Amino acid sequence: MSPEEKQSVVNCRQLVKRFGDLCAVNGISFNVPKGICFGILGPNGAGKTTTLRMLLGQSPRSGGALEVFGEDIDSARKRIRQRTGIVPQADNLDPDFTVAENLSMYGSYFRLDHQTVQKRIPELLSMVELLARADDRIGTLSGGMKRRLTLARALINDPDLLVLDEPTTGLDPQARHMIWSLVHKLKRDGRTILLTTHYMEEAERLCDELIIVDSGRLIAQGSPNALIAEHCESDVLEIRGLTHELDQKGLAQNFRWELSGDSAYLYSDDSHALLEYAASHNEATALHRKTGLEDVFLRLTGRGLRG
Amino acid sequence: MKRYRPPRLRLEALAVWRRNALVWRRLMAASLLLHFGEPLLYLLGIGYGLGRFVGEIDGMAYFTFLASGFIAWSAMNVASMESMWSVYTRMVPQQTYEAILATPAEVDDIVMGELLWCGTKSLVSGSAILAVAALLGAVHDWTALLAIPVIFLTGLCFAAPGLIVTAYARAYEYFNFYMTLFMTPMFILCGVFYPISTLPGPMQTVVQFLPLTHAVAIIRPLVVGAPVENFWLHLGALVLFGTICAWVAAILVRRRLIQ
Ligand SMILES: Nc1ncnc2c1ncn2[C@@H]1O[C@H](COP(=O)(O)OP(=O)(O)O)[C@@H](O)[C@H]1O
Ligand SMILES: [Mg+2]
Repeated sequence: MSPEEKQSVVNCRQLVKRFGDLCAVNGISFNVPKGICFGILGPNGAGKTTTLRMLLGQSPRSGGALEVFGEDIDSARKRIRQRTGIVPQADNLDPDFTVAENLSMYGSYFRLDHQTVQKRIPELLSMVELLARADDRIGTLSGGMKRRLTLARALINDPDLLVLDEPTTGLDPQARHMIWSLVHKLKRDGRTILLTTHYMEEAERLCDELIIVDSGRLIAQGSPNALIAEHCESDVLEIRGLTHELDQKGLAQNFRWELSGDSAYLYSDDSHALLEYAASHNEATALHRKTGLEDVFLRLTGRGLRG
Repeated sequence: MKRYRPPRLRLEALAVWRRNALVWRRLMAASLLLHFGEPLLYLLGIGYGLGRFVGEIDGMAYFTFLASGFIAWSAMNVASMESMWSVYTRMVPQQTYEAILATPAEVDDIVMGELLWCGTKSLVSGSAILAVAALLGAVHDWTALLAIPVIFLTGLCFAAPGLIVTAYARAYEYFNFYMTLFMTPMFILCGVFYPISTLPGPMQTVVQFLPLTHAVAIIRPLVVGAPVENFWLHLGALVLFGTICAWVAAILVRRRLIQ
């Protein structure tokens, strides 16, 4: 193991998870250095949650080696969990308790002492802007509030590693921005963050480094910018709502192109050429933009991330 | 292998126990009303009403006979309900265990915490009936206080098979099978309403294999102040049944929660 890998918070090699015949995670390896926000980007069913569950010892792995905080998850699960906070994909706040009680209850599972927990509760609640709701029942909270409370709950043990499974899926844009700014703050505090998402915008904004997974396989790895530079041209023209077959031969001569759903994507480093093409084919809605992770995914898999 | 080892009791189990206790405390008034009110009605209605015709059974008033049987039955019933309906609610719709398993607590802590909690609920309900029976003059000796730990044990003993059923359950309806095939026969056959000596010969042997028989056989004499015959045999039967079921429950709940 290289010294760099020793510094890493999570280090896994050739992780495999089988459910009967289905291979949900198929030989994924990655390394999460301390203090960064690391993303696992992939469509639904790619194996993101399964990967996280193995990392946290919530699900036994079918193969591969795995270390968290430099320790083996099988022998040091308790120590690892003590230093980790988890925001699961589906909210599982305790409906029998109030907002504040949810936090104190959770602290008791870590066997934190009562005073520490009682001191942290108002701090955490004010951080996620739920102090005014401290005595309300969970059922009265909106989806965004529940997510924020789940985030606060994951911080009750002051974790060094924070794991977020699709933290903003199903939230409205405002609630999503609030989660994003919280994640930024937590990273500034020096915590290592591991998150999964199927929103490229989220991955591009938050992640210093990420892996892209599809059908249980790792298909690309790097920083968002490096991935885009490595796999894509600088610009893309997205033509939506195709009403007729594009002149595929003509296209192929000038640009690299992909088809996904009812959209065509034309790639080039020459934005003028793309804009000229758009001007001369004004029958469909054309959108010119810089390339992003969506285009990387499309290039590597031949289909859109949401599809 | 780890998956098959017996469950371990750790301090985290108390956190799970405490969670349930705190929820219960909030609904305590309603819960106690149920625990006191229901047996009071049964005892008054059946015990006094039927007692007038029955007179004495096994050298005690029918009212006393029935009250002591009800204590054991209630311990079984409360622990079974809690370990099936309530545990399923926490396991499936509420995903409480999923949340707990993201902390240093383990499946064993959930299993042990829930068992202890079911035993505690049995303790409360069984003791409530004991208190009602004492107020109505059906308790004859201070040895009745010794019935309290036996009530707790009976609760543990029936919580464990309840957890086994829950580990398999895919819906609340699954519990009806267990209720009909196991609990109702015990309610009727194991000496709650009449002495098992009145059952036909072969049935008397069969009921020796049902745990409620042994709970009744210890609790009843303690309530009346009579010596407990074959105490160690009955206690051993309860402990053995409870231990085996708890072990199997731990294996099955691990399998259900850790995939
Ligand atoms: N407990 C399970 N049993 C069987 N299959 C599962 C189980 N959990 C997940 N899967 C399957 O594994 C694949 C990956 O799922 P998941 O990790 O949840 O994907 P993602 O989180 O990326 O959406 C899916 O095909 C899913 O159906
Ligand atoms: Mg998922």
